Amino acid sequence: MALEIIETCVNCYACEPLCPNQAIYQAKPHFLIDPDKCTECAGDFDDAQCASICPIEGAIIDERGVALNLPGSLTGISPEMLAKYQAAVEATYQAALENKTR
Amino acid sequence: MELPVLNANADNTAKGGCSSHSCGSTDDQLSHLPEHIRVKVHNHPCYSEQAHHYFARMHVAVAPACNIQCHYCNRKYDCSNESRPGVVSEVLTPEQAVKKVMAVAAHIPQMTVLGIAGPGDPLANPERTFATFRELSEKAPDIKLCVSTNGLALPESVEELSKHNIDHVTITINCVDPDIGARIYPWIFWKNKRIMGREAAAILIEQQQKGLEMLTARGILVKVNSVMIPGVNDQHLVEVSKVVKAKGAFLHNVMPLIAEPEHGTFYGLMGQPSPSHEELQKLQDACAGDMNMMRHCRQCRADAVGLLGEDRGQEFTLDKIESMDIDYAAAMVKRAEVHAQIARELEEKEKARAAVAEVKAKLVGIDGARPAADTQPVLMAVATKGGGVINEHFGHASEFLIYEASSNGVRFIGHRKTTPYCEGGDTCGDGESALDRTIRELAGCEAVLCSKVGYEPWGPLEAAGIQPNGEHAMEPIEEAVAAVYEEMRAAGKLTPKLSQSTRKVA
Repeated sequence: MALEIIETCVNCYACEPLCPNQAIYQAKPHFLIDPDKCTECAGDFDDAQCASICPIEGAIIDERGVALNLPGSLTGISPEMLAKYQAAVEATYQAALENKTR
Repeated sequence: MELPVLNANADNTAKGGCSSHSCGSTDDQLSHLPEHIRVKVHNHPCYSEQAHHYFARMHVAVAPACNIQCHYCNRKYDCSNESRPGVVSEVLTPEQAVKKVMAVAAHIPQMTVLGIAGPGDPLANPERTFATFRELSEKAPDIKLCVSTNGLALPESVEELSKHNIDHVTITINCVDPDIGARIYPWIFWKNKRIMGREAAAILIEQQQKGLEMLTARGILVKVNSVMIPGVNDQHLVEVSKVVKAKGAFLHNVMPLIAEPEHGTFYGLMGQPSPSHEELQKLQDACAGDMNMMRHCRQCRADAVGLLGEDRGQEFTLDKIESMDIDYAAAMVKRAEVHAQIARELEEKEKARAAVAEVKAKLVGIDGARPAADTQPVLMAVATKGGGVINEHFGHASEFLIYEASSNGVRFIGHRKTTPYCEGGDTCGDGESALDRTIRELAGCEAVLCSKVGYEPWGPLEAAGIQPNGEHAMEPIEEAVAAVYEEMRAAGKLTPKLSQSTRKVA
């Protein structure tokens, strides 16, 4: 029974000092959880500490691959809004490219 | 007739007791602070419009973790072209931060202040933040330390904060009402749990207020930052201003919300509007009745280096500071010399201003029996590189200072950023859109004062109702603004205050 940090992690360090088992460690390109040490906080806390402070939805998953923080659960931004965001980022990027080549 | 220069406290000028330059500067947020606080902040670039032209500050990004989420923040975002709080390129260890601070302090001796402001919340990273402060207090005692926080972990940190060389703490307080807070903060991390909604906001507010009281009780200066979010907390911030003043905060800094969709913040994506310049100014004026207001905040990045409005961070990246060999003892001597030189310069300026003011007071005494008609206030933009004079070309300005002239005098309102219309002679490929942007940013202003303004922008500026003016180059800003206002009066361009004005506003 262990949690996992995936590539959407933004390396904010918030989870690392909270782990009661010191299972979280800094690594490249992002923080990782030692599966041998992780207990999902059973016996220590009601909620897994890393997932309770993580600001990034979906960055921490359980053994079944299910995100502990589902899309929209933390930011209030729905998946549809997120798609709009990605489109805006892409548009900004394209505009910057065009400016450069002009 | 000469106009007095106003400080935020209009009562002074009404009596003529604090006419123009006898108060020395445009720092309306400083000039009426108690003396013991003024002494502490006079060389702090963030607290003084004048000091920020002479003294530099830096932030070190040692605090990546955050214990709350704000709807105007996106923790995923990081771009070196972005300039706004919470954004940072490189997170440093305390050891790297100390090295960087000492390198900057040696290379930029004007640097007086080191702040820890993020990119997360400094007090949510207590070990990293305090290790940095501890070592700097020891190795670089000539640097002032300050910290900014959302306040959630503040009460438990006050004891440790008071141990270091920290006499300024900034708390971001956006509300004192949990129902409003629930629309700003989706969650907090509190006592090993994530707490959502109104309950979260209530805890945060309680901690902020408690922390504020504990700090002021210990004589630590507290500045309060608030983000103005139209339709959410804009009306409410007047109340916030009253509450924090009553609890001893010395300065209130109301900043505009930054919410572009491409930043990916909740507000950005929901289309939450940012306040217009006029809305921001109105709110700052409404708060000013109860509180010292800060007008020149540049909303820096969490790793900014240099004078306000500039960022020399790229000169001090990790690989660059690795190869720097710093003799801090020698640097401290040099720094002390530079600081003393700046102090002398400021003092001389002060004396010159006081002398001018005295002469003027006499002139007003002769001429004063004929008061000017009460006319509408006018906003004017000023291009300056610093030193309190008009000394920047229109096309080179990356920001304009905004002053308001009225029958009561001249006062500093704030600043507006732009892209320089033309970075130099003939490389103005993108010039036209930059000019459009500048004109948009200057909306509401009726004149722009600069050391020089080219033929090209002249027409579009006039067409937009902004009179370009290059006739006051190298003159002190307030006097020039007052003179232009008088010229406008003489030309019959000022409308009487009580009439229904059709004047454009920002």
